[in-house]
Amino acid sequence: MRLAHFRDPLLAHQIIDEIHDVANRPLVLMEFCGGHTHAIMQHGIRQLMPKNVKLLSGPGCPVCVTSQRDIDHAIALSQLPDVTLATFGDMVRVPGTRFTLQEASAGGSQVLIVYSPLDAVRYAQEHPQKQVIFLGVGFETTAPGVAASVLQAQTLRLSNYTVFSMHKYTPPGMKAILDTAEICLDGVIGPGHVSTIIGLNGWRFLPADYNIPVVVTGFEPVDILLAIRELVKLATSDQAKAVNAYQRSVSPDGNPAALEIMNQIFEPVEADWRGFGLMPKSGMGIRSVLHDFDAAIRFHLADIPSREPPGCRCGDVLRGIIEPPKCPLFRQACTPEHPKGPCMVSDEGACSAYFLYQELE
Amino acid sequence: MCLAIPAQILSIDGFQAEVEFGGVHRVISLQLLPQAQIGDYVLVHTGFAISIINLEEARITLDILRQKGD
Repeated sequence: MRLAHFRDPLLAHQIIDEIHDVANRPLVLMEFCGGHTHAIMQHGIRQLMPKNVKLLSGPGCPVCVTSQRDIDHAIALSQLPDVTLATFGDMVRVPGTRFTLQEASAGGSQVLIVYSPLDAVRYAQEHPQKQVIFLGVGFETTAPGVAASVLQAQTLRLSNYTVFSMHKYTPPGMKAILDTAEICLDGVIGPGHVSTIIGLNGWRFLPADYNIPVVVTGFEPVDILLAIRELVKLATSDQAKAVNAYQRSVSPDGNPAALEIMNQIFEPVEADWRGFGLMPKSGMGIRSVLHDFDAAIRFHLADIPSREPPGCRCGDVLRGIIEPPKCPLFRQACTPEHPKGPCMVSDEGACSAYFLYQELE
Repeated sequence: MCLAIPAQILSIDGFQAEVEFGGVHRVISLQLLPQAQIGDYVLVHTGFAISIINLEEARITLDILRQKGD
Protein backbone atom coordinates (compact mmCIF):
# COMPACT_ATOMS: atom_id res chain seq x y z
CA MET A 1 0.00 0.00 0.00
CA ARG A 2 1.23 3.43 -0.93
CA LEU A 3 1.11 4.66 2.65
CA ALA A 4 4.34 2.77 3.34
CA HIS A 5 6.10 5.36 1.21
CA PHE A 6 5.64 7.78 4.09
CA ARG A 7 8.39 5.76 5.77
CA ASP A 8 10.78 5.97 2.80
CA PRO A 9 14.25 6.62 4.27
CA LEU A 10 15.50 8.34 1.10
CA LEU A 11 12.60 10.77 1.17
CA ALA A 12 13.11 11.29 4.90
CA HIS A 13 16.78 12.14 4.49
CA GLN A 14 16.02 14.48 1.60
CA ILE A 15 13.65 16.42 3.87
CA ILE A 16 16.15 16.38 6.74
CA ASP A 17 18.75 17.95 4.44
CA GLU A 18 16.24 20.63 3.49
CA ILE A 19 15.56 21.35 7.17
CA HIS A 20 19.29 21.81 7.74
CA ASP A 21 19.42 24.17 4.76
CA VAL A 22 16.58 26.42 5.89
CA ALA A 23 17.10 26.51 9.68
CA ASN A 24 19.08 29.74 9.86
CA ARG A 25 18.28 30.67 13.47
CA PRO A 26 17.41 28.98 16.78
CA LEU A 27 13.83 27.71 16.78
CA VAL A 28 11.66 25.98 19.35
CA LEU A 29 8.88 23.80 17.99
CA MET A 30 6.34 21.86 20.02
CA GLU A 31 4.66 18.65 18.98
CA PHE A 32 1.33 18.87 20.79
CA CYS A 33 0.47 15.20 20.55
CA GLY A 34 2.06 12.44 22.62
CA GLY A 35 1.72 10.13 19.64
CA HIS A 36 3.99 12.49 17.72
CA THR A 37 6.49 12.50 20.61
CA HIS A 38 6.64 8.72 20.47
CA ALA A 39 7.05 8.66 16.69
CA ILE A 40 9.75 11.34 16.87
CA MET A 41 11.65 9.42 19.54
CA GLN A 42 11.17 6.07 17.84
CA HIS A 43 12.61 7.29 14.56
CA GLY A 44 15.45 9.27 16.13
CA ILE A 45 14.18 12.50 14.62
CA ARG A 46 15.44 14.69 17.46
CA GLN A 47 19.01 13.53 16.86
CA LEU A 48 18.72 14.26 13.12
CA MET A 49 17.66 17.87 13.58
CA PRO A 50 20.08 20.75 13.19
CA LYS A 51 21.44 21.92 16.55
CA ASN A 52 19.37 25.11 16.37
CA VAL A 53 15.99 23.35 16.05
CA LYS A 54 14.62 22.19 19.37
CA LEU A 55 11.57 19.92 19.63
CA LEU A 56 9.48 20.03 22.81
CA SER A 57 6.82 17.57 23.83
CA GLY A 58 3.39 19.02 24.56
CA PRO A 59 0.39 18.09 26.73
CA GLY A 60 -1.36 15.98 24.10
CA CYS A 61 -1.54 12.83 26.18
CA PRO A 62 -5.04 12.49 27.61
CA VAL A 63 -4.08 9.94 30.25
CA CYS A 64 -1.16 12.16 31.34
CA VAL A 65 -3.26 15.32 31.78
CA THR A 66 -5.88 13.50 33.86
CA SER A 67 -5.71 14.94 37.36
CA GLN A 68 -4.79 12.89 40.40
CA ARG A 69 -8.22 13.61 41.85
CA ASP A 70 -9.95 12.21 38.77
CA ILE A 71 -7.80 9.07 38.90
CA ASP A 72 -8.68 8.65 42.57
CA HIS A 73 -12.38 9.16 41.82
CA ALA A 74 -12.23 6.55 39.07
CA ILE A 75 -10.61 4.07 41.44
CA ALA A 76 -13.19 4.87 44.14
CA LEU A 77 -16.01 4.27 41.63
CA SER A 78 -14.57 0.85 40.86
CA GLN A 79 -14.87 -0.04 44.52
CA LEU A 80 -18.62 0.60 44.73
CA PRO A 81 -20.87 -2.45 45.06
CA ASP A 82 -22.27 -3.92 41.82
CA VAL A 83 -20.10 -1.62 39.72
CA THR A 84 -18.06 -2.83 36.78
CA LEU A 85 -15.65 -0.15 35.66
CA ALA A 86 -14.98 -0.36 31.92
CA THR A 87 -11.86 1.38 30.68
CA PHE A 88 -9.25 1.65 27.97
CA GLY A 89 -6.18 -0.36 28.89
CA ASP A 90 -3.64 2.33 29.64
CA MET A 91 -5.63 3.79 32.53
CA VAL A 92 -5.31 0.73 34.73
CA ARG A 93 -1.65 1.21 35.59
CA VAL A 94 -1.77 4.92 36.42
CA PRO A 95 -0.95 5.34 40.12
CA GLY A 96 -3.66 6.98 42.16
CA THR A 97 -2.78 8.50 45.53
CA ARG A 98 -2.93 5.09 47.20
CA PHE A 99 -2.85 2.51 44.39
CA THR A 100 -3.67 1.83 40.75
CA LEU A 101 -6.92 0.62 39.21
CA GLN A 102 -5.14 -2.63 38.47
CA GLU A 103 -4.31 -3.02 42.16
CA ALA A 104 -7.89 -2.13 43.10
CA SER A 105 -9.02 -4.88 40.77
CA ALA A 106 -6.72 -7.31 42.57
CA GLY A 107 -8.43 -6.12 45.75
CA GLY A 108 -11.90 -6.97 44.47
CA SER A 109 -12.94 -4.17 42.09
CA GLN A 110 -14.53 -5.31 38.85
CA VAL A 111 -12.49 -3.70 36.09
CA LEU A 112 -13.16 -4.51 32.45
CA ILE A 113 -10.60 -3.46 29.86
CA VAL A 114 -12.27 -2.69 26.55
CA TYR A 115 -11.08 -1.72 23.10
CA SER A 116 -14.22 0.27 22.32
CA PRO A 117 -16.85 1.99 24.46
CA LEU A 118 -19.41 -0.02 22.45
CA ASP A 119 -17.97 -3.14 24.08
CA ALA A 120 -18.87 -1.62 27.45
CA VAL A 121 -22.43 -0.95 26.28
CA ARG A 122 -22.76 -4.54 25.12
CA TYR A 123 -21.45 -5.74 28.50
CA ALA A 124 -24.03 -3.56 30.26
CA GLN A 125 -26.77 -5.00 28.05
CA GLU A 126 -25.66 -8.55 28.84
CA HIS A 127 -25.28 -7.91 32.57
CA PRO A 128 -28.32 -5.89 33.66
CA GLN A 129 -27.56 -6.50 37.33
CA LYS A 130 -24.24 -4.66 37.05
CA GLN A 131 -23.75 -0.89 36.98
CA VAL A 132 -21.29 -0.36 34.15
CA ILE A 133 -19.31 2.87 34.41
CA PHE A 134 -17.20 3.74 31.39
CA LEU A 135 -14.07 5.79 32.10
CA GLY A 136 -14.11 8.47 29.44
CA VAL A 137 -10.53 9.57 28.79
CA GLY A 138 -9.36 11.13 25.55
CA PHE A 139 -9.48 14.22 23.41
CA GLU A 140 -11.63 14.91 20.36
CA THR A 141 -10.37 11.75 18.63
CA THR A 142 -11.96 9.57 21.29
CA ALA A 143 -14.89 11.56 22.66
CA PRO A 144 -17.20 11.13 19.64
CA GLY A 145 -17.03 7.35 20.01
CA VAL A 146 -17.85 7.62 23.71
CA ALA A 147 -20.71 9.95 22.82
CA ALA A 148 -21.96 7.35 20.33
CA SER A 149 -21.90 4.77 23.12
CA VAL A 150 -24.20 6.99 25.23
CA LEU A 151 -26.59 7.28 22.30
CA GLN A 152 -26.55 3.54 21.87
CA ALA A 153 -27.27 3.00 25.57
CA GLN A 154 -30.13 5.46 25.28
CA THR A 155 -31.55 3.66 22.25
CA LEU A 156 -31.31 0.34 24.08
CA ARG A 157 -33.01 1.94 27.12
CA LEU A 158 -30.19 0.78 29.37
CA SER A 159 -30.43 1.95 32.96
CA ASN A 160 -27.07 0.50 33.94
CA TYR A 161 -24.61 2.35 31.66
CA THR A 162 -22.97 5.63 32.65
CA VAL A 163 -19.84 7.49 31.62
CA PHE A 164 -17.39 9.15 34.01
CA SER A 165 -16.20 11.85 31.65
CA MET A 166 -12.65 13.09 31.99
CA HIS A 167 -12.58 14.04 28.29
CA LYS A 168 -10.90 17.29 27.36
CA TYR A 169 -10.67 19.63 24.40
CA THR A 170 -7.20 20.11 22.89
CA PRO A 171 -7.14 23.86 22.08
CA PRO A 172 -7.37 24.95 25.76
CA GLY A 173 -4.31 22.82 26.56
CA MET A 174 -2.37 24.47 23.76
CA LYS A 175 -3.58 27.94 24.76
CA ALA A 176 -2.58 27.38 28.38
CA ILE A 177 1.00 26.68 27.34
CA LEU A 178 1.13 29.92 25.36
CA ASP A 179 -0.80 32.06 27.87
CA THR A 180 1.53 31.21 30.75
CA ALA A 181 4.45 32.18 28.51
CA GLU A 182 6.79 29.89 30.41
CA ILE A 183 8.24 28.80 27.10
CA CYS A 184 8.51 30.61 23.80
CA LEU A 185 7.37 28.68 20.75
CA ASP A 186 8.14 29.38 17.10
CA GLY A 187 5.78 26.73 15.73
CA VAL A 188 3.49 23.84 16.57
CA ILE A 189 3.23 20.39 15.03
CA GLY A 190 -0.52 19.86 15.14
CA PRO A 191 -2.08 16.52 16.13
CA GLY A 192 -3.08 14.46 13.12
CA HIS A 193 -5.93 12.38 14.46
CA VAL A 194 -7.56 15.01 16.67
CA SER A 195 -7.58 17.09 13.49
CA THR A 196 -9.47 14.45 11.52
CA ILE A 197 -12.31 15.39 13.89
CA ILE A 198 -11.88 19.15 14.47
CA GLY A 199 -10.29 19.90 11.10
CA LEU A 200 -7.41 22.19 10.28
CA ASN A 201 -9.78 25.00 11.25
CA GLY A 202 -9.58 23.82 14.87
CA TRP A 203 -5.98 25.09 14.93
CA ARG A 204 -6.37 28.43 13.18
CA PHE A 205 -6.34 30.18 16.54
CA LEU A 206 -2.58 29.66 16.64
CA PRO A 207 -1.71 31.97 13.74
CA ALA A 208 -4.76 34.18 14.32
CA ASP A 209 -4.43 34.84 18.05
CA TYR A 210 -0.82 33.94 18.82
CA ASN A 211 0.99 34.65 15.56
CA ILE A 212 2.46 31.15 15.58
CA PRO A 213 2.49 28.80 12.55
CA VAL A 214 0.94 25.35 12.92
CA VAL A 215 1.32 22.37 10.60
CA VAL A 216 -1.06 19.46 11.14
CA THR A 217 0.53 16.19 10.13
CA GLY A 218 0.37 12.40 10.37
CA PHE A 219 2.49 9.97 12.29
CA GLU A 220 4.86 8.48 9.77
CA PRO A 221 8.46 9.79 9.71
CA VAL A 222 8.01 11.59 6.37
CA ASP A 223 4.81 13.23 7.70
CA ILE A 224 6.59 14.58 10.76
CA LEU A 225 9.70 15.73 8.90
CA LEU A 226 7.54 17.50 6.34
CA ALA A 227 5.79 19.38 9.13
CA ILE A 228 9.09 20.38 10.71
CA ARG A 229 10.44 21.57 7.39
CA GLU A 230 7.34 23.68 6.73
CA LEU A 231 7.40 25.13 10.24
CA VAL A 232 11.08 26.06 9.93
CA LYS A 233 10.40 27.79 6.62
CA LEU A 234 7.38 29.64 8.00
CA ALA A 235 9.07 30.65 11.25
CA THR A 236 12.27 31.85 9.60
CA SER A 237 10.24 33.99 7.21
CA ASP A 238 7.96 35.25 10.02
CA GLN A 239 4.83 33.78 8.49
CA ALA A 240 2.10 32.59 10.84
CA LYS A 241 -0.14 30.22 8.91
CA ALA A 242 -2.12 27.04 9.51
CA VAL A 243 -1.01 24.35 7.10
CA ASN A 244 -2.48 20.91 6.50
CA ALA A 245 0.28 18.40 5.78
CA TYR A 246 -2.05 15.46 6.40
CA GLN A 247 -4.38 16.02 3.47
CA ARG A 248 -4.98 12.33 2.99
CA SER A 249 -6.85 12.25 6.30
CA VAL A 250 -7.60 15.81 7.47
CA SER A 251 -9.98 18.31 5.89
CA PRO A 252 -10.57 21.96 6.78
CA ASP A 253 -13.79 21.21 8.68
CA GLY A 254 -12.90 17.81 10.08
CA ASN A 255 -15.59 15.17 10.55
CA PRO A 256 -19.04 16.80 10.82
CA ALA A 257 -20.86 13.59 11.83
CA ALA A 258 -18.40 12.96 14.67
CA LEU A 259 -18.53 16.57 15.84
CA GLU A 260 -22.31 16.55 15.86
CA ILE A 261 -22.49 13.41 17.96
CA MET A 262 -19.79 14.67 20.29
CA ASN A 263 -21.57 18.01 20.80
CA GLN A 264 -24.91 16.29 21.26
CA ILE A 265 -23.63 14.53 24.35
CA PHE A 266 -20.89 16.82 25.66
CA GLU A 267 -20.54 20.51 26.46
CA PRO A 268 -17.53 22.56 27.63
CA VAL A 269 -17.07 22.58 31.41
CA GLU A 270 -14.30 23.49 33.81
CA ALA A 271 -11.74 20.70 34.08
CA ASP A 272 -8.72 19.93 36.20
CA TRP A 273 -5.60 19.26 34.11
CA ARG A 274 -2.48 17.70 35.59
CA GLY A 275 0.21 20.31 35.22
CA PHE A 276 -2.21 23.16 34.53
CA GLY A 277 -4.84 23.09 37.26
CA LEU A 278 -8.45 24.10 36.70
CA MET A 279 -9.18 25.55 33.29
CA PRO A 280 -12.61 26.91 32.28
CA LYS A 281 -14.44 25.33 29.32
CA SER A 282 -11.64 22.84 28.78
CA GLY A 283 -13.33 19.60 29.72
CA MET A 284 -16.25 17.75 28.23
CA GLY A 285 -19.17 17.45 30.60
CA ILE A 286 -22.22 15.34 29.85
CA ARG A 287 -25.18 17.61 29.10
CA SER A 288 -27.76 17.78 31.87
CA VAL A 289 -30.51 16.39 29.62
CA LEU A 290 -28.47 13.16 29.59
CA HIS A 291 -27.83 13.08 33.32
CA ASP A 292 -29.06 9.47 33.43
CA PHE A 293 -25.83 8.50 31.71
CA ASP A 294 -23.53 10.64 33.84
CA ALA A 295 -21.64 8.66 36.45
CA ALA A 296 -20.66 11.85 38.31
CA ILE A 297 -24.35 12.47 38.98
CA ARG A 298 -25.52 8.92 39.61
CA PHE A 299 -22.74 8.04 42.01
CA HIS A 300 -21.50 9.94 44.99
CA LEU A 301 -17.90 10.99 44.51
CA ALA A 302 -16.32 11.14 47.95
CA ASP A 303 -13.96 13.97 48.80
CA ILE A 304 -10.59 12.33 48.50
CA PRO A 305 -7.35 13.87 49.75
CA SER A 306 -5.53 13.41 46.45
CA ARG A 307 -1.82 13.88 46.25
CA GLU A 308 0.50 13.63 43.27
CA PRO A 309 3.45 11.29 43.68
CA PRO A 310 6.25 13.05 45.62
CA GLY A 311 9.02 14.16 43.28
CA CYS A 312 7.05 13.45 40.10
CA ARG A 313 7.51 16.24 37.55
CA CYS A 314 4.95 14.97 35.03
CA GLY A 315 3.19 18.33 35.19
CA ASP A 316 6.35 20.20 34.18
CA VAL A 317 6.97 17.76 31.34
CA LEU A 318 3.43 18.36 30.08
CA ARG A 319 4.01 22.12 30.05
CA GLY A 320 7.22 21.70 28.06
CA ILE A 321 9.30 23.18 30.89
CA ILE A 322 11.59 20.18 31.25
CA GLU A 323 12.39 17.10 29.27
CA PRO A 324 11.79 13.80 31.11
CA PRO A 325 15.43 13.07 31.96
CA LYS A 326 15.42 16.19 34.15
CA CYS A 327 12.83 14.65 36.48
CA PRO A 328 14.71 13.23 39.48
CA LEU A 329 12.62 10.07 39.37
CA PHE A 330 13.23 9.35 35.68
CA ARG A 331 14.87 6.01 35.10
CA GLN A 332 15.59 5.73 38.84
CA ALA A 333 12.41 5.26 40.84
CA CYS A 334 10.19 5.69 37.76
CA THR A 335 10.32 3.20 34.90
CA PRO A 336 7.64 1.62 32.69
CA GLU A 337 7.66 -1.44 34.96
CA HIS A 338 7.28 0.67 38.10
CA PRO A 339 5.81 4.00 36.97
CA LYS A 340 5.28 6.83 39.41
CA GLY A 341 3.16 9.04 37.17
CA PRO A 342 0.98 8.78 34.05
CA CYS A 343 3.65 10.18 31.72
CA MET A 344 5.60 6.97 32.18
CA VAL A 345 2.53 4.70 31.97
CA SER A 346 0.85 5.99 28.86
CA ASP A 347 2.05 4.99 25.42
CA GLU A 348 1.60 8.64 24.55
CA GLY A 349 3.53 9.89 27.55
CA ALA A 350 6.77 11.78 26.97
CA CYS A 351 8.53 9.95 29.80
CA SER A 352 7.78 6.52 28.38
CA ALA A 353 8.89 7.72 24.93
CA TYR A 354 12.21 8.99 26.26
CA PHE A 355 12.71 5.85 28.32
CA LEU A 356 12.01 3.48 25.46
CA TYR A 357 13.89 5.24 22.73
CA GLN A 358 16.56 7.47 24.18
CA GLU A 359 20.02 5.99 24.25
CA LEU A 360 21.72 6.03 27.59
CA GLU A 361 24.44 8.61 27.67
CA MET B 1 -5.23 7.27 22.95
CA CYS B 2 -5.02 9.42 19.85
CA LEU B 3 -3.57 6.85 17.56
CA ALA B 4 -5.73 5.52 14.79
CA ILE B 5 -4.90 2.64 12.49
CA PRO B 6 -5.60 2.28 8.76
CA ALA B 7 -7.93 -0.50 7.65
CA GLN B 8 -9.89 -1.36 4.52
CA ILE B 9 -13.67 -1.83 4.54
CA LEU B 10 -14.64 -5.28 3.28
CA SER B 11 -18.39 -5.26 3.90
CA ILE B 12 -21.05 -3.02 5.44
CA ASP B 13 -24.23 -3.90 7.32
CA GLY B 14 -26.08 -0.82 8.51
CA PHE B 15 -23.62 1.07 10.73
CA GLN B 16 -21.32 -1.93 11.16
CA ALA B 17 -18.43 -2.65 8.85
CA GLU B 18 -16.07 -5.56 8.61
CA VAL B 19 -12.58 -4.18 8.06
CA GLU B 20 -9.16 -5.62 7.50
CA PHE B 21 -5.98 -4.38 9.15
CA GLY B 22 -3.28 -6.18 7.16
CA GLY B 23 -4.77 -9.65 7.54
CA VAL B 24 -6.67 -9.14 10.79
CA HIS B 25 -10.43 -8.78 10.44
CA ARG B 26 -12.60 -6.83 12.84
CA VAL B 27 -16.11 -5.41 13.01
CA ILE B 28 -16.19 -1.68 13.66
CA SER B 29 -18.76 1.10 13.69
CA LEU B 30 -19.40 3.60 10.89
CA GLN B 31 -21.62 5.78 13.09
CA LEU B 32 -19.03 8.55 12.93
CA LEU B 33 -18.35 8.10 9.20
CA PRO B 34 -21.65 7.12 7.58
CA GLN B 35 -20.44 8.09 4.11
CA ALA B 36 -17.73 5.40 4.04
CA GLN B 37 -18.08 2.74 1.36
CA ILE B 38 -16.83 -0.77 0.69
CA GLY B 39 -13.24 -0.64 -0.52
CA ASP B 40 -12.46 2.63 1.29
CA TYR B 41 -9.39 2.81 3.49
CA VAL B 42 -10.30 4.36 6.82
CA LEU B 43 -8.59 5.32 10.08
CA VAL B 44 -9.99 3.29 12.97
CA HIS B 45 -9.86 4.43 16.59
CA THR B 46 -11.45 2.56 19.53
CA GLY B 47 -13.77 0.63 17.25
CA PHE B 48 -14.93 3.57 15.13
CA ALA B 49 -13.92 4.68 11.65
CA ILE B 50 -13.09 8.38 12.05
CA SER B 51 -11.73 9.41 8.67
CA ILE B 52 -11.45 8.15 5.11
CA ILE B 53 -7.87 7.92 3.88
CA ASN B 54 -7.76 9.63 0.54
CA LEU B 55 -5.18 7.69 -1.43
CA GLU B 56 -5.23 10.24 -4.23
CA GLU B 57 -4.16 12.95 -1.76
CA ALA B 58 -1.47 10.59 -0.48
CA ARG B 59 -0.20 10.10 -4.01
CA ILE B 60 -0.18 13.86 -4.64
CA THR B 61 1.78 14.55 -1.46
CA LEU B 62 4.35 11.90 -2.28
CA ASP B 63 4.70 13.03 -5.90
CA ILE B 64 5.34 16.63 -4.82
CA LEU B 65 7.91 15.49 -2.28
CA ARG B 66 9.67 13.26 -4.80
CA GLN B 67 9.87 16.00 -7.42
CA LYS B 68 11.75 18.24 -5.00
CA GLY B 69 14.47 15.66 -4.79
CA ASP B 70 15.33 15.87 -8.48
